[in-house]
Amino acid sequence: MMNRLECLKILAQHVTDEIVAPTYSCATDWMAVNDRPLNYYGFGAMGLASSHALGLALARPEKRVIVLDGDGSLLMNLGTLVTIGAVQPKNFVHFVGHNGSYEANGGALLPNQDLDFAAFARTAGYKSAHTFTDIDDFAAKVGDVIKAEGPVFGNLVIEQGPLSNRDYSEIHSAKRRQVFREALDSGA
Amino acid sequence: MDDQVKDQAAEQLSGGAIMDAMKEAGVEYILSVPDLHTSYGLLLPIADDPDFKLIRTCKEDECIGISAGLSYGDKRAVVLIQYTGFLYAQNAIRAMAAEQQKPICLMIGLLGKPPGVAPQDAKRIGVRSVEPYLDFMGIPRALIETDDDVPLIPPAIVDAYENQHPTAFLIGRRPIAP
Repeated sequence: MMNRLECLKILAQHVTDEIVAPTYSCATDWMAVNDRPLNYYGFGAMGLASSHALGLALARPEKRVIVLDGDGSLLMNLGTLVTIGAVQPKNFVHFVGHNGSYEANGGALLPNQDLDFAAFARTAGYKSAHTFTDIDDFAAKVGDVIKAEGPVFGNLVIEQGPLSNRDYSEIHSAKRRQVFREALDSGA
Repeated sequence: MDDQVKDQAAEQLSGGAIMDAMKEAGVEYILSVPDLHTSYGLLLPIADDPDFKLIRTCKEDECIGISAGLSYGDKRAVVLIQYTGFLYAQNAIRAMAAEQQKPICLMIGLLGKPPGVAPQDAKRIGVRSVEPYLDFMGIPRALIETDDDVPLIPPAIVDAYENQHPTAFLIGRRPIAP
């Protein structure tokens, strides 16, 4: 089992000009690790990070889009895997922080914690799907995973917390969305 | 146009006319969960039209998210759903259309509404609730009941994208396939 913050710090070493779309606990941790204009936080409704990211990937085919989803969030929109599998965006990378809980909502457990999300993604049509339980294995492979032809899926088996500072008013602010749009339009 | 031809136009809604209107507005993507009300006259012809990119989703709120993401590349989309799906997707519509004022263009089939009956007078509570929900969210709406209403579509979509706000079209009768 891995620590989410450590995973994100390793991922940050490989991120350059990609759009990164992190949600809830991944969003607050990613903001602490790598706060940058090309982070997209504008989902507004739980579960829809990957749907927004699919739209971004189609709208900006020259950019790679990395979604940092949560397992609770993904379960609220599980059909998204099928939609993404059908559309086959080559520039789409989908990570899920899998700790078996609605951590951002207080840590209550999912209805079933022992799910094989990579198998879900694979059968839904993702080009490749991986499960990571060991931080060294993740560190060794993540650079290749985010460059592989999409849609790519990575299930990150993590422990709960610790949570970074949660400032949702900042994450969901119009200013953040404006900064993102300006970065996109400037060709960042 | 003689009176008989005018009467026929007033009593029908052409799926082909709606498709032409969306093309005129620069719509590239159709995001949809099937709706019996619009499937034969609109969705199935759209699926066969190479001018549109159809994305079939599993639930209606996906369409709202995808449309919001597409807007960051100025890609125009129409969300084609049934009123039941509109009701299902309220939280996403609240966030993207009402709060963030994204150019979410909803085309909502009013299944079960008899032609010529106003939505607020429909028997089904779900059909009657659509206009009040849209009004509460501050989303402009137009009832598309006959071919005479179709010219309302292009300027509303263009305005939504140029001025960054949502808009909605209520499909009041089953469109006829082109």
